[in-house]
Amino acid sequence: MAERADPVAPARTGWPLLPVLRRMAAMPLKDPFAFAGVLIYLLFALVALFADQLAPIDPMEILFTKAGKLAANVPPGAEFPLGTTNLGRDIYAQLVYGTRSALAVGLSAAVIVATVGTIVGLLAGYFGGTTDAVLMRIADMALSLPFLPFVIVLTGFLGASTSNIVLAVAVLLWPSSARVIRSQVLTLRERAYVEAARVTGASAWRILFVHIAPNILPLSFVYAAIAIGWAIITEASVSFLGFGDSTSVSWGMMLQDAFTSQALSRGQYAWFVPPGICIILVVVAGFFISRGYEEVFMPRLRGR
Amino acid sequence: MRLVLERFTHNALALLAVTTLLFFMFRLMPGTPLAAFINENLNADQQQAMLEQFGLDKPMWQQYFIYLANLLQGEMGLSFFQRRSVMTILLEVLPNSVILTLTSLIIAYIFGVLAGAWLAWKRGSWIERVAVPAVLATRAAPEFWIGMVLLALLSFNAGWFPSGGASSPGQAYDSNWERIFSLDYLHHLALPVLTLALYLQGLPLLLMRSNMLEVMHEEFVTMARMKGLSEWRIVIGHAARNALLPVVTAFALGVGLSMGGNVVIETVFSWPGIGRLLVQAVSVHDYPLAQGAFLMIALVLALMNFVADLLYMVLDPRVSHGRKG
Repeated sequence: MAERADPVAPARTGWPLLPVLRRMAAMPLKDPFAFAGVLIYLLFALVALFADQLAPIDPMEILFTKAGKLAANVPPGAEFPLGTTNLGRDIYAQLVYGTRSALAVGLSAAVIVATVGTIVGLLAGYFGGTTDAVLMRIADMALSLPFLPFVIVLTGFLGASTSNIVLAVAVLLWPSSARVIRSQVLTLRERAYVEAARVTGASAWRILFVHIAPNILPLSFVYAAIAIGWAIITEASVSFLGFGDSTSVSWGMMLQDAFTSQALSRGQYAWFVPPGICIILVVVAGFFISRGYEEVFMPRLRGR
Repeated sequence: MRLVLERFTHNALALLAVTTLLFFMFRLMPGTPLAAFINENLNADQQQAMLEQFGLDKPMWQQYFIYLANLLQGEMGLSFFQRRSVMTILLEVLPNSVILTLTSLIIAYIFGVLAGAWLAWKRGSWIERVAVPAVLATRAAPEFWIGMVLLALLSFNAGWFPSGGASSPGQAYDSNWERIFSLDYLHHLALPVLTLALYLQGLPLLLMRSNMLEVMHEEFVTMARMKGLSEWRIVIGHAARNALLPVVTAFALGVGLSMGGNVVIETVFSWPGIGRLLVQAVSVHDYPLAQGAFLMIALVLALMNFVADLLYMVLDPRVSHGRKG
């Protein structure tokens, strides 16, 4: 337990970015849950990468049987591992291609949330005063927006596109990461090594980005991992409600398609159960990874 | 008292900011808000008359203050499509949403608190190792997907529950209360409540568990142990009471949050609540109705945030006594 030192322990010499990165990369090896999370991410990343090879059939293509009839609602079998939809589309192919849009939505939201949250948290925490007050009031306001209703109103009126969903998710998620990072910066700012840097005449920006920011990185990562899951669930919910991007194949679109095409009353479990399982796996992976980082880098929470 | 006022102002200002944001969002949307009314048969003069009728010819800032003044009086205009007062429509469906939310939350929190305390007690056992990831998985599942699976299994397959709506066709009631307390209504309510409760129980469970673990190490628990109290009395009488505080606050926040999240559940079960109303209003571009439904949800959220602040002050003496020491 001794090596789980102070979460925000500064590197003794030089630039702290590299040691922090090294510890971050080593973390999943220490925590079995986080390790499982990383494995799940890797698996889905591979599926997304090799979707063309894994599913040779176009997910939107309308398929016909050898007799020339529409291959609608074919039960799972050798030819179609998960059967076909009521319009004769291959469900397995949709599931595989859905991975791509899920990862695209998740990763882009995560990058925006982590970047905005980190920068706002750093500025508010370090400079304090008016900067802090203004930024935190904006954060409060974003936090008092009802989550899904806001996404629906925004995509409903701005147009149903994946980028609008990502935008809405980012607007709603950055404040929580900014708040936590800000409070961490508040404690870091008072550390002796920051004081030392200040005494040697380092500029505020240099202190902020060279000395403080690298130590914040694990926290940004935690929020990025959580944002991936939230963005994917939100995209699925919004697609389910009919405000999704109708041109892209996503797990949410599959669920909406299954729901409106009476797959539930026909008992076509192979149609609507797998997309849900995939969503759970990706989101749980995010939980596991963020939990692992919290336990390693914020040991106050350890042992819970 | 000063703190209460401070929290009230804080939440009220946040709500005002949301209201303002919403006003400009709806006004700056592409397309005229009257698109639904204007057809080719109307000439320019008639269109102008219509704009004036809705007050859309005035400058933006004037519209904004008229809008705020109207809101304070509970006046949200007419629905474009239903041609009825938005407030009337909202008040019609609000009870359904409140009943759905409160019933699910109460069930979820009773279960979550008990199971969480039990899991904390079972710390380190195989049960804990299986249960915690399983609970995390229920938190990771999209609500509507849980609903779809339950609907397919328990409604379409087993036939135990109706597949949607709030009452069977052909039912007539003398009053709204009679309708809500009828068996038919409860029968329709069961499946959405089960779905929502299943989704919501994870938070109180995990919260209760981690609070219990933390509290079990506090001095007063050690003290109780030294007094020779039974393990059961320590858990229930001393640890659980203190571990419960954050859960109570989370409950109040949960009411506000799940009112917004109900959007999907209500759609899956065609439950005539405020979330489903919002979805329908947005999809037909019924601006006043969508705006009203959104504001009602935001109002409940702000109100419950305030209640949570108050509860926190009342329940945690360290806050209410001005953090002495």
